[in-house]
Amino acid sequence: MGALLLVGTYFFPLWSITVEAPQYPEGLGIYIRINTVDGHAKNDLKNLNIVNHYIGMQEIVPESIPELKYMPAIGGLLIVSGLLVAWKGGKKSLYIWLAFFSLLALVGLIDFYIWNYDFGHNLDTEHAAIQIEGMTYQPPLFGTKTMLNFVTTSLPSGGGLLAFASIFMGYLAAFLSWRDKQSK
Amino acid sequence: MNKTMMRVVGVILVIATFLLISECAKKDKPILGSSAAATAVYVAPGDYDEFYAFTSGGFSGQIGVYGLPSGRLFREIPVFSVNPENGYGFTEETKGMLQTTFGQIPWDDAHHPELSQTDGVTDGRWIFINANNTTRVARIDLKTFETAEIIEIPNSGGNHGSPFITQNTEYVVASTRFSVPIPQRDVSIDSYKENFEGTLTFIKVDPDDGAMNIEFQIIVPGYDYDLAHAGKGPSHGWAFFTCYNTEQANTLLEVNASKNDKDFIAAVNWKLAEKYLAEGKGKTRPGEHYTNRMSHTTHSATSTLTKTVVTLDPADCPGLIYYMPTPKSPHGVDVDPSGEYIVGGGKLAAVVSVHSFSKMLKAIEDEKFIGEAGGIPVLDYDATIAGEVTNVGLGPLHTEFDGKGYAYTSAFITSEVVKWKLGTWEVVDRIPTYYSLGHLMIPGGDSRKPWGKYLVGLNKMTKDRYLSTGPELAHAAQLIDISGEKMKLLLDFPTIGEPHYAQGLPADLVHPNTTKIYELEHNEHPYRALSEKEARVERNGNEVHVYMTTIRTHFKPDNIEGIKLGDVVYFHVTNLEQDWDIPHGFAMQGARNSELLIMPGATNTLRWEPQKVGVFPFYCTDFCSALHQEMQGYVRVSPKGSKLPISFN
Repeated sequence: MGALLLVGTYFFPLWSITVEAPQYPEGLGIYIRINTVDGHAKNDLKNLNIVNHYIGMQEIVPESIPELKYMPAIGGLLIVSGLLVAWKGGKKSLYIWLAFFSLLALVGLIDFYIWNYDFGHNLDTEHAAIQIEGMTYQPPLFGTKTMLNFVTTSLPSGGGLLAFASIFMGYLAAFLSWRDKQSK
Repeated sequence: MNKTMMRVVGVILVIATFLLISECAKKDKPILGSSAAATAVYVAPGDYDEFYAFTSGGFSGQIGVYGLPSGRLFREIPVFSVNPENGYGFTEETKGMLQTTFGQIPWDDAHHPELSQTDGVTDGRWIFINANNTTRVARIDLKTFETAEIIEIPNSGGNHGSPFITQNTEYVVASTRFSVPIPQRDVSIDSYKENFEGTLTFIKVDPDDGAMNIEFQIIVPGYDYDLAHAGKGPSHGWAFFTCYNTEQANTLLEVNASKNDKDFIAAVNWKLAEKYLAEGKGKTRPGEHYTNRMSHTTHSATSTLTKTVVTLDPADCPGLIYYMPTPKSPHGVDVDPSGEYIVGGGKLAAVVSVHSFSKMLKAIEDEKFIGEAGGIPVLDYDATIAGEVTNVGLGPLHTEFDGKGYAYTSAFITSEVVKWKLGTWEVVDRIPTYYSLGHLMIPGGDSRKPWGKYLVGLNKMTKDRYLSTGPELAHAAQLIDISGEKMKLLLDFPTIGEPHYAQGLPADLVHPNTTKIYELEHNEHPYRALSEKEARVERNGNEVHVYMTTIRTHFKPDNIEGIKLGDVVYFHVTNLEQDWDIPHGFAMQGARNSELLIMPGATNTLRWEPQKVGVFPFYCTDFCSALHQEMQGYVRVSPKGSKLPISFN
């Protein structure tokens, strides 16, 4: 069941980053999906890149982020192996699957953080029109942060929540089977 | 004795004070307490108005877009007059919108906005407006608030009685104020009675894209046709036109056209006209006219010349048209929401005459004719009249309805709105306006479904209403609360041009459907540049085409060399932005032309003939970002015959 929830990550975005500013009362936002990055509205990614160029931030080009190419395959592997574990029902294999999944999730979050750090710090100081001493623009992993005129909010989205639910169900299954064993 | 005197003086003082207070109270009666009125029209910062009001600019030729109840001006839509502010009428793309058989005309006099309707209810798709002087009708798209189409009306002079629509926007009708020789020819003005004729024009509107085409013209006797309204509900299928100068005077009309006791309202059975057309009763006659349409993919106007029109002659088409006598030089003709009552404002009378549609049909059936005028049967006044509203003020012009059984008539000479009850014809309330009220408007007030909350009075004179601006003053509009039994004045606001007439509708019918940007992938302008890679400069003889792009915050190219005196340079500027409210401007020093104001995703073209040798700057005029002041470039102009090749970056 937990593995099936992961199928949702192909359809729903994993993460959502929204920015609001006086000039953007309706907000601009991007979704990080399993295989791409796109805007909440059609032109949001383009408009965010235009805004970012003033502070020298690199352009977000989904095609140039290699992780987005591997992630669908990794997700597929998790789903198939998860279903196999559920079918065969081996406790040991469940623990291995869970450990594998948890490790991947952790690596994924760290990788996301590194990307955020890179976008926020690796600024083009030669061409940036607006440069403020000591100012960096790393978006938060979870939560809200104010940077200049922008209030940035970063939260897991539908697919990300499903992934968390999936991992949680895996642990629940592990716990229940462990308790079963204890009571026997 | 002394005491008595004092008592008498005291009593007199008390009475005088009383009279004074009651006099003041009387004077203030129609105005809501000022703080209550302020609350009623207050729209908090960031909140939206409940209604849109579209006022005609009159002699400005444009349309003003206002919010009600605040009276705030949102925008002026260029329609018949050039607008250097955004390049309308100056750019290569929009010049064609102002094309006529007389050539390109930079101005007109726009009187009557008319919103499109479905089943007699305002639907928020388009607004039409007439050009009086060089006879045309325009259609404005309410998604973009841009003029989408302008069609010329042939065989017409003074397109005043226009553009009134039928209840599903099947037709826009237009009547000629001046009768003219048809076709135009060199005749003596004194031969008016024999050579001059009028036309009633029916323009078909495509239900999907709104495209207009003249379906037919009815040739009518040479009177002055003034205003019109189509029937609705039971009277759907008919249209009504007022006329004056049935005396057929051609000089000093002020006196000579005011002699007859009654003139006419012409009732036209347009469903029957369609039948006669299908039977082949229409005649093809000369009627050169242009149709100018704007495309939202090429962002350019296309002008098409049509040589002829199909006309119907009432003599060949029995039952097509009847005259209903109406006192006296009737101006407005307004049909109530039920479609039964046809209200004629007798401009020079002190009475409003209300005809009954069902009585009119009966009178036609019973052949209650008192004679003929120019071959058209004239109905007996007593056979069609439903009632007369007396004590309606002097100079009643126009009537609108609140949907609750009341009618509101403007009285020009006595400068007031008079409220009366349909059916009993009794006047129930009146309120002064400032000054000389022409049209009045209730949102949906000429449709089957009025939103009877506010009335806007559109005045012809302003005098002392605002801080003075010298001899020329803004015209005044007044917002009146009509939700209760008594009318109450809420707000007085200045308007653009002459707010001749207005139309209004609930904001929800328009606001959510508006276009925010033009999508770049749908841009099919022949000179588009959809990315900076496509930006370039090409020479073709002495013509130079600059394919330029704009995006925050630069032009591409921004340095151009190799232009020579004698060249004609076309700057085709594509705005690559895809974000709402990020237009870029383009202004070229010394261009004997306007600027460009390019909406996101659009391409606009400025024609420039360099006048001097040197290096001349261009820049963005619309404050687009924090680096707006850096958005600039140079063009180098070399002498005629220079060998410098085109170069750019």
